[in-house]
Amino acid sequence: MNPAVEAIVSLLILVGAAFALLGSIGLARLPDFFTRLHGPTKATTLGVGAMVLASSLHFSTTAPGLSLHEIAVLVFLFISAPVSAHLLAKAALHRQRRKDGR
Amino acid sequence: MLNFAIETGFVLIGLAMTLNLWRLMRGPDATDRILALDTMTINAIALLVLFGVRAGSSAYFEAALILAVMGFVGTVALAKYLLRGDIIE
Repeated sequence: MNPAVEAIVSLLILVGAAFALLGSIGLARLPDFFTRLHGPTKATTLGVGAMVLASSLHFSTTAPGLSLHEIAVLVFLFISAPVSAHLLAKAALHRQRRKDGR
Repeated sequence: MLNFAIETGFVLIGLAMTLNLWRLMRGPDATDRILALDTMTINAIALLVLFGVRAGSSAYFEAALILAVMGFVGTVALAKYLLRGDIIE
């Protein structure tokens, strides 16, 4: 494999893993649910996006032809993450209000 | 260089999944546990992608896609259940 492409793929994998770890640290360390929602929905999604991009680049250069089907995972994750975050925030608000007796 | 990056990626994602497991077991409210499960699914997708790059086979990719879809559907169903007390009304 071309060393420049290998460097780019390695960098994307490292950056992606670092962002995924950052999101999980945020999930573990932040004080309440609505702040905890930030970590996984933004940092982890970006991290996995970078890794999927690295995989796409790797298979485009090692196998014959472009390898674009990884992009499907990327697009699906980027669409579904805000939707699930919104639903979780709504559920948490609902439970909090019920606990307060309103 | 690529091997080093992949091994480091495995370690970092493993650490991330351990933190998610801690939040899943501890997590004061049910919404925290759902969020931890969702994040674990996304990290599992990352692990599968890494396995695919290391093995040089695109067979792992289908598993990653199915995990993405099922994780999203599961999260939405659980959140809906907390919200309405029912999944399909």
